[in-house]
Amino acid sequence: MAPSRADARPVFATGRGAGRPAAARFRAALDAALRIANIVCMLLLVCVFALPFAWMISTSLKTLPETMRFPPDWIPDRPVWSNYADAWNSGPFPKYFLNSLIVSSGILVLQFLTIIPAAYAFARFRFPGRGLLFGLVMATLMIPPQLIFLPVYLMLSDWKLLNTHFALILPFASSAFGIFLLRQSFLQTAGELIEAARLDNAPEWKIMIRIMAPLARPVLATFALFSFISHWNDYFWPLVMTTNESARTLPIGIAKIRETEGTATWNVLMAANVMLAVPVLLAFFAAQRHIIRAFVYSGIK
Amino acid sequence: MPMVPKRLKPYAMIAPALAVFSLFYLYPIGYMIHLSFHEWNFISPEKTYVGLGNYREMLADDVFLQVLRNSALYTVMTVLLATGTALPLALWLNRKSGFHAFVQGAIFSPHIISLVSVSLLWSWLMDPEYGLLNGLLHWFGIGPLKWLNDPGTALLSLVIVAVWKNLGYNTIVFIAGLQSIPPELLEAAALDRSKPWTTFRRIILPMLSPTLFFLVIINLIGSFQVFETIAIMTQGGPVHSTNTLVYYIYEYGFRYFKIGHASAAGVILLVIVGTLTLGYFRLLSRRVHYYG
Repeated sequence: MAPSRADARPVFATGRGAGRPAAARFRAALDAALRIANIVCMLLLVCVFALPFAWMISTSLKTLPETMRFPPDWIPDRPVWSNYADAWNSGPFPKYFLNSLIVSSGILVLQFLTIIPAAYAFARFRFPGRGLLFGLVMATLMIPPQLIFLPVYLMLSDWKLLNTHFALILPFASSAFGIFLLRQSFLQTAGELIEAARLDNAPEWKIMIRIMAPLARPVLATFALFSFISHWNDYFWPLVMTTNESARTLPIGIAKIRETEGTATWNVLMAANVMLAVPVLLAFFAAQRHIIRAFVYSGIK
Repeated sequence: MPMVPKRLKPYAMIAPALAVFSLFYLYPIGYMIHLSFHEWNFISPEKTYVGLGNYREMLADDVFLQVLRNSALYTVMTVLLATGTALPLALWLNRKSGFHAFVQGAIFSPHIISLVSVSLLWSWLMDPEYGLLNGLLHWFGIGPLKWLNDPGTALLSLVIVAVWKNLGYNTIVFIAGLQSIPPELLEAAALDRSKPWTTFRRIILPMLSPTLFFLVIINLIGSFQVFETIAIMTQGGPVHSTNTLVYYIYEYGFRYFKIGHASAAGVILLVIVGTLTLGYFRLLSRRVHYYG
């Protein structure tokens, strides 16, 4: 909030500087200097976040000897594009990519199927036990995967589901956060619309799908962005639940390059890292406002 | 759902979601508590009941005590830095212009990329021989530092990475909080020629306290669960200096196959996270009274 500086300026200009052109000119010059200093500081702040990414791209185009120069250079003598091919060929990356796609979209589809009816029921029906059941759903919001991975691993192992897509999808087939967000939106939807539909004897599922869900489209889109990006990025769960290539996802594959290629091949590693991070960054800058909103809403994951 | 009687309809609609939560969130908690009272190596058919044995063994374990200390230290430093820096940043960057949106986007960007990317990138930035950070320090005539390779600086290095990743999120949430302060209040303060500091102390900070509170809690809970950066960047080392709770559970479960011991550590984490969450809701319900 910058109410102070913006609002205080006219007070100075009329009060003290009005009759004194020299003082007023000094004020104006000082203001301009401050504004420039402000912009310079902001650009420095941007650098703290942009330089690491620039460094990643720069490294991904270097030869191995070039990565071992100190102090380091920013611009490689000649860009080495083959690092990207080396990274891509260092493991079954088409498979990892496909697995990531299957898992992230599988989770999203199941989440939509489970959260829409649940949110609708919590928003539109009164029934015994509603408060208790809603409290139960909200309680799971506080249970992160890092807390329960061990028992869930043992269960999935009993069911012979480790190393399958099911192990990566089923535990996330519903979302307390999604139910919470969607219920909020359903509560705000005009009651008359539903009453009218009910009087027309429209079946409940039709009201839900034809009237409520389309009205909640922005919320559903927000949730979808959040869910897809989170699971696309996830490293922890697939790491724990997979021991071979059959269901491994992209982040695991990228992290594994470090083991197979050795720790010192930073040019190839950074090429792999560019392939993982840059598509998400591009998507972010294309839909910045929506993505920020999705993540700010998410709060406790 | 034409077959379901009307009274049961809401239950039927909630059932799929509830099934997922019960099976994968609530039941595992009970199962974990049960396992924490047993000794089991994951392979043998028998689980031996040992009562509080695992807990006793754990509390006598110097490594576990260090793990608790590391977790607490990491959490306190991360939360202080990541929320403490975000508030002034939010006050500074809260304007609606294209340039401000760009700056906000830039500092938010690390939040949406994978922790794998972040961890690999910072392992390389912090490389003791050829990393960019030592390159920059060299420019100022400092260093070189060993960053992740030195037990004295490794945990702090991980804190830097966490702050870099979370700062943008915290700042944006603060900005959202600032924008929800009724403008009349700030206009009134400006008319009264209230000093910026007084406006901040008397209006902005109290109005922002629910946001501040929310951020502190989710940063606390998130930091206690740190795993990815540790697994990729340090594997808990050097000499346990970055070993924290979730990584400890992971190692005992998947490397040493001491399921009971790992479960007991899991229960400790559950108690910590549960206490923080309950404390949050207790305080929140009291605060709603003032701000509701």
